[in-house]
Amino acid sequence: MSDLAAIWCASVALACAILAVTRPAIVHALIWLVAALLSLAGCFFALGAGFAGAVQILIYAGAIVAVFVFVVMTADASPEALARERARLAQGWRRPAAAVGLVALPLALGLLAGGTSPAAAPDSGPSLGAILFGPWAVAVEVASGLLLAALMGARHLGRRREEP
Amino acid sequence: MSGATFLILLALSGGIFATGFFGLMARRAILFQLISLEMMLAGPALAFLAGGAWHGSQQGQAMFVFIIILAAAEVALGLALYLALRRGADVEDSDTITGLKH
Repeated sequence: MSDLAAIWCASVALACAILAVTRPAIVHALIWLVAALLSLAGCFFALGAGFAGAVQILIYAGAIVAVFVFVVMTADASPEALARERARLAQGWRRPAAAVGLVALPLALGLLAGGTSPAAAPDSGPSLGAILFGPWAVAVEVASGLLLAALMGARHLGRRREEP
Repeated sequence: MSGATFLILLALSGGIFATGFFGLMARRAILFQLISLEMMLAGPALAFLAGGAWHGSQQGQAMFVFIIILAAAEVALGLALYLALRRGADVEDSDTITGLKH
């Protein structure tokens, strides 16, 4: 039952993702992005990863999309820009689609050829915190350095110059 | 979780990644490309969590934490760069930034 729920939610996420990258209006694309992220969160809950689902809703669909909304408010949303984006998308989607097909074909073939591997023994390993702050502590430190660098970079890029 | 479910979830996560890849190449407006990058990060996150559920381990969720940190850093820098380009050179599309200097 939870398997079916996971597959259903992931399918909805894929459909929302396709809609998100093909909408000409940025606000519509953003709404479909939120829909995709929320249905992915539902998939995570169905997979038994409750922490990941909660983080997906709170940080991804909450905080990150809120930052997007602030920037989208400054974007050009005139009908001319909309028509321009629609015309550009209508004429220039074939070659990227072909390239994606070339990339995705080996993936699909590999999935078909690989078959189902034997079920792994479910080991009740250490909990999430014990992994993150035990064997993976160095990676957590590196990630915190990455966040600090992103913070300083955003601060540097966003500052106001006194004279041009 | 059955093996077929695991394979279907992997295929769906690959599909989400491919969708984001398509958007990254087909769209030229920077904001759309950033949204497509979010999709490209969400697909592997689903693959990691499906793998974690398949093996009954918590390491999928741990990798998901790293993916979300990466997404946060990418969005912060990407949007700040977009705003700086908009303010400095009125750039909306990635096609117009063909040189490093403006």
